[in-house]
Amino acid sequence: MNLSPLHFCLLFSSGLFCIGLIGALSRRNAILVLLGIELMLNAANLNFIAFWRFSPNPENGHGILFVVFSIAVAAAEAAVGLALVISIYRHQKNIRLPEATRLKG
Amino acid sequence: MNTAPLILIALTTLATAAVAMAGRNLIHSALLLVASWAGIAAFYLWAAAEFVAFAQILIYVGGVSMVVLFAVLLTRNSRAELAISTDSFSRAIAALLAGGAVFGILVGAILRTPLTGSTRSPAAFNVRTLGLELMGTHAAALLIIGIILTVALLGAVVLAAPEPPEDAP
Amino acid sequence: MNAAPPAADAFLERLPLIARDMLTVWFPEPARWLLNSLLAIAAIIISFATLFSLLTLAERKILGRVQNRPGPNRTGLPFLPFTAGRIFGLGQPFADGIKMLTKEDIVPRAADQFLHFLAPVALLALSILTFAVIPFGRHLVPVELDAGVLYFFAAGAATELAIFMAGWASRNKFALLAAMRALAQLISYELPLLLSIVPVIMLAQSLSPTAIVTAQGTLPHWYVCTPWGFAAFVIFFIAALAESNRSPFDLPEAESELIAGHLTEYSGFKYAIFFMAEYFGMCALSGMGVTLFLGGWQAPFSFLEFIPSYVWFGAKLLTLLLLFIWIRATFPRLRMDQLTRLAWKFLVPLALINLLTAAFWHHSHNWSTPLQLVRWAIAIFLVVSPFLWLGRALTQTFRPRTYRYA
Repeated sequence: MNLSPLHFCLLFSSGLFCIGLIGALSRRNAILVLLGIELMLNAANLNFIAFWRFSPNPENGHGILFVVFSIAVAAAEAAVGLALVISIYRHQKNIRLPEATRLKG
Repeated sequence: MNTAPLILIALTTLATAAVAMAGRNLIHSALLLVASWAGIAAFYLWAAAEFVAFAQILIYVGGVSMVVLFAVLLTRNSRAELAISTDSFSRAIAALLAGGAVFGILVGAILRTPLTGSTRSPAAFNVRTLGLELMGTHAAALLIIGIILTVALLGAVVLAAPEPPEDAP
Repeated sequence: MNAAPPAADAFLERLPLIARDMLTVWFPEPARWLLNSLLAIAAIIISFATLFSLLTLAERKILGRVQNRPGPNRTGLPFLPFTAGRIFGLGQPFADGIKMLTKEDIVPRAADQFLHFLAPVALLALSILTFAVIPFGRHLVPVELDAGVLYFFAAGAATELAIFMAGWASRNKFALLAAMRALAQLISYELPLLLSIVPVIMLAQSLSPTAIVTAQGTLPHWYVCTPWGFAAFVIFFIAALAESNRSPFDLPEAESELIAGHLTEYSGFKYAIFFMAEYFGMCALSGMGVTLFLGGWQAPFSFLEFIPSYVWFGAKLLTLLLLFIWIRATFPRLRMDQLTRLAWKFLVPLALINLLTAAFWHHSHNWSTPLQLVRWAIAIFLVVSPFLWLGRALTQTFRPRTYRYA
């Protein structure tokens, strides 16, 4: 089996994605769930950079442009998510997600 | 291209991320995740994406980590609660199964694909070209991102601000 | 008459390179690259550690003079027999160092041992990392980076994390509260600091410090000599004062009011390391200020170019550091609400308006000679009028203090 560097990059990013996924699914703490989602976003960025680096024409730099925009969106997502966490905390005095059921039908 | 640094970076990043996600102490988890974000920045440096690496450090290590740490400290009643109560076992098993299945599918797909990948040097794409691209071809996207960021931050402020009492004018 | 050698190749200019090559020529070719890097690191650490020790002495002596007292003047160098010390108190830094090294290093039992240890180390390491991209001289750039300015501020932003670690790992409510206050201050002033350098990057059209220095040339072309550049430099300097926890923004560990802030539970050499990191941060920010606004290593006039570039850089750096000390001796400390109000309601809007001024300046550079006066007038108006307007809004509620019982 002959693995190219691109294979390693993709394995790395899928590992990171799955760690984020497991964290987001298994934890009850809202902040940890958010951090898991951030990890998944980062794994996606990692793929963009990997495919840009090993693409036949890296001069056009679309991968980098995409990552720049994606980092900006991730920062906005983190800010809004943590504001939500704080407002959940204000209503129920803890941030355990299974207990945030006030709007549950 | 030399893969030894890549494997080292990948192992460190994955280990810190995994320990952070399994951790008992929220602050330790947040700090370990910062280490893993820094590892991702190191990967960007390895892939010759200088600008993105420094942007990653500036935004994640300097900005997002601060927001996370402030949120951790603002949403706790006592120090005892920092040690998160045990999550349910069945939930963890289910999550591990789901995550493992996704990982298996991804790894299988990656390993069965013949990816050669060209190793041309991306030297032609430097920071200057990036700036020109952002301000020229992708100016509209840049503007939209700016608007999204403004709206999101305003929304975050509104969400996090304490509500006025009921009888306020 | 012989043609003078170009300034870049003068002997004095190349002296550090020649010294380095003399040291590394004895080693085989593959090791030379590594040795050159190691030598650069060693040179930076040794020179700035020396500068740190001398700065502490200079600060105490200057503060003493300002407050009409002599300052430290007793400690001499023990290995100079005749003077028995007492040469201007030059031995004071060494005495301080020995005192700090021999003090007991106390770690609270409840503290998070590892983070408590990691915080000073991370802070010092990150603040030394920022020196890597500053062009100290024409041939003295430790690392030539395309996005050097971004690197500098990324490494600087990471130091906030170390301050949080110090406050949290101490398991002390005062340390934690002080760390939160320090972080609030650092985050607030990060914005004006970054916004004030954006015009420079816009006009130099580069993120590389070397390119920014060479874009400036001799004195009248330094960025500080333009209206927007002057405003940006002042904003940068104020924000740098706050970022390096210097008076009048030294709230995080206001020695005379608080119990040392986030350093409450630190003692011995770890405490000294925090101070070292603070001075390193101050030096790095001053170095960046010199690079971005004061022409970097360039001589002010071309006939002064026989003095090597690193001497010019050092002179400008020392001037800025003296300004730091002078300001510490002059201004009273701000209150927390005044501090954040100054950042968000004054410096950030001014820096944003300054972007417009810089854009105007850039697009009017080819106006004909009589119109140049108009250009200057418009630019100065764009800088001064928001300053006056915002300043009035900020100080509207202030009244002269009345003393009822005095």
